[in-house]
Amino acid sequence: MAVAEKASDQENAGKARLEKAADSVAGDQADPTPPIPTVIAEDLHIVYRVSGGSPRGKGSATAALNRMFRRSGDEGVRKVHAVRGVSFTAYRGEAIGLIGSNGSGKSTLLKAVAGLIPPESGKVYSDGQPSLLGVNAALMNDLTGERNVILGGLAMGMTPAEIRERYDDIVKFSGIQEKGDFITLPMRTYSSGMAARLRFSIAAAKKHDVLMIDEALATGDRRFRKRSEARVRDMRQQAGTVFLVSHNNKSIRDTCDRVLWLEHGTLRMDGPTEEVLKEYESFSGK
Amino acid sequence: MSETTHEGAVAVNPPPSPDDGLSPADLAAKYGLTVSGARPSLPQYVRQLWERRHFILAFSRAKLHAQYSQAKLGQLWQVVTPLLNATVFFFIFGLLLQGRAGMSNSEYIPFLVTGVFVWTFTQQSVMSGVRSIANNQGLVRALHFPRASLPISFSLQQLQQLMYSMIVLAVILVGFQHYPSWSWPLIIPVLALQLVFNTGLALIMARLGSKTPDLAQLMPFVLRTWMYASGVMFPLQYLLEKRAGAPSWLVEIAAANPAAVYMELMRFALIDGPRHQHLDPQVWLLAIGWALLVGLGGFVFFWKAEERYGRG
Repeated sequence: MAVAEKASDQENAGKARLEKAADSVAGDQADPTPPIPTVIAEDLHIVYRVSGGSPRGKGSATAALNRMFRRSGDEGVRKVHAVRGVSFTAYRGEAIGLIGSNGSGKSTLLKAVAGLIPPESGKVYSDGQPSLLGVNAALMNDLTGERNVILGGLAMGMTPAEIRERYDDIVKFSGIQEKGDFITLPMRTYSSGMAARLRFSIAAAKKHDVLMIDEALATGDRRFRKRSEARVRDMRQQAGTVFLVSHNNKSIRDTCDRVLWLEHGTLRMDGPTEEVLKEYESFSGK
Repeated sequence: MSETTHEGAVAVNPPPSPDDGLSPADLAAKYGLTVSGARPSLPQYVRQLWERRHFILAFSRAKLHAQYSQAKLGQLWQVVTPLLNATVFFFIFGLLLQGRAGMSNSEYIPFLVTGVFVWTFTQQSVMSGVRSIANNQGLVRALHFPRASLPISFSLQQLQQLMYSMIVLAVILVGFQHYPSWSWPLIIPVLALQLVFNTGLALIMARLGSKTPDLAQLMPFVLRTWMYASGVMFPLQYLLEKRAGAPSWLVEIAAANPAAVYMELMRFALIDGPRHQHLDPQVWLLAIGWALLVGLGGFVFFWKAEERYGRG
């Protein structure tokens, strides 16, 4: 209870501070109000345990029998150290881009921040419940788009009244009605771009304290990308914190003011967008 | 300012702040941040579930409607499937094996159909419970909600399905001249108790199934054994003791198992015939006991692993 009360107090304070934070970005360095942290990662390590890493594979019958008779548990389980000692603090009103080559641990880091993967060591502290919006965040494919909007909203904790109120906005924002009456068709009939757009629209309908977007904007067409980038900026204005994983440096430039660069699971660089992107581009040979 | 690792965030927003000297844990405490993905306390968890009640209901209703959306006969299958099952059982156990203990058709057919419908309720709850986490991995990984919503929702879906079946059962009962009597309303507490029991069992199976997906392959056999041990299509005592010569303690154990208990209560409430005149009051105690034990136990068991669902 105490935490909840505190959070709502902070919300009010946060709005006032946000305006000041905007000033400080504009160069007012003397502002004495400290920024409010929303996510703190402390020396975070994440290790995946993959069974079935043996060359014969998990599914084969002989491998299964082998496992049953050899009781030594760890055999055949390979460890993948995906994130190695990452620390950072994110603040209210920030949009943070995550860059790095494929397999550098970006998505894993986001999942850990969202509380979906337990850390091997270290801790993640967060303000409320961070929401992760990934490309694979499949909703219910056998249900219509309409029901997905309602169920998605309810699952995020919106009330039925709130959903009724925002339903039209969500559908309009997703733009899937532009090509015909698709909202009443099951989601399995959608193209991957359409499904991604609807998912983003649902997730963006709620006010998130911390929203993490994992490449979700990459699937939409150009028009939708513009719209969703605008929505990300809106959400930052509402004193939230947004994380964005993308391989598109332009969309990072357009939306983020700070960038974390991960390489081999370690934080290689953390700073203002332009500086980090410049280094990253010369590193990756662009 | 470029190659920073630890205090990098401070480097971006340079205004000096009184928080600079704090350790991450102290900083988190100061601003009321909590450890991400930690399991809530049991009372908190119950409260979160209550806040998601609209989701749980809407999800069960949506799943119910989607279930047969690709079949031509659509929702009719909800009733046709158990009826076809009952027909098969009628030929095998009623006619071929004569396992009906001398009941006339007008008593045996309602006995059989009630048994099949009540059993299907538990069976389907278990089966959808086993798969409830694994089949909704996308939802679990994308959105935060108390995971118990899923198995609970699936049990409610089965209850709604049973409601349709109950209408058909009422028609069959009246067709065989079992008219509504004072005992019919008893099915409401019986269904409530069975729902609590089924939900608890679905929660247990959901946790086990999320860790060991192989269970989904194994469960049909376990369930079939359980079905035969519960007397879905024959009176237990008659077949075990009179026909197979089993000791009476074995019959008592079989009759005390939850599926047999809920079936017996339901038959007693609905069917009017020589074999359905008396009911041992301790059957009610068993029904309440099973519901409380499995319902509460299953809930706590599921909650204990809350932070681990959807990982890996």
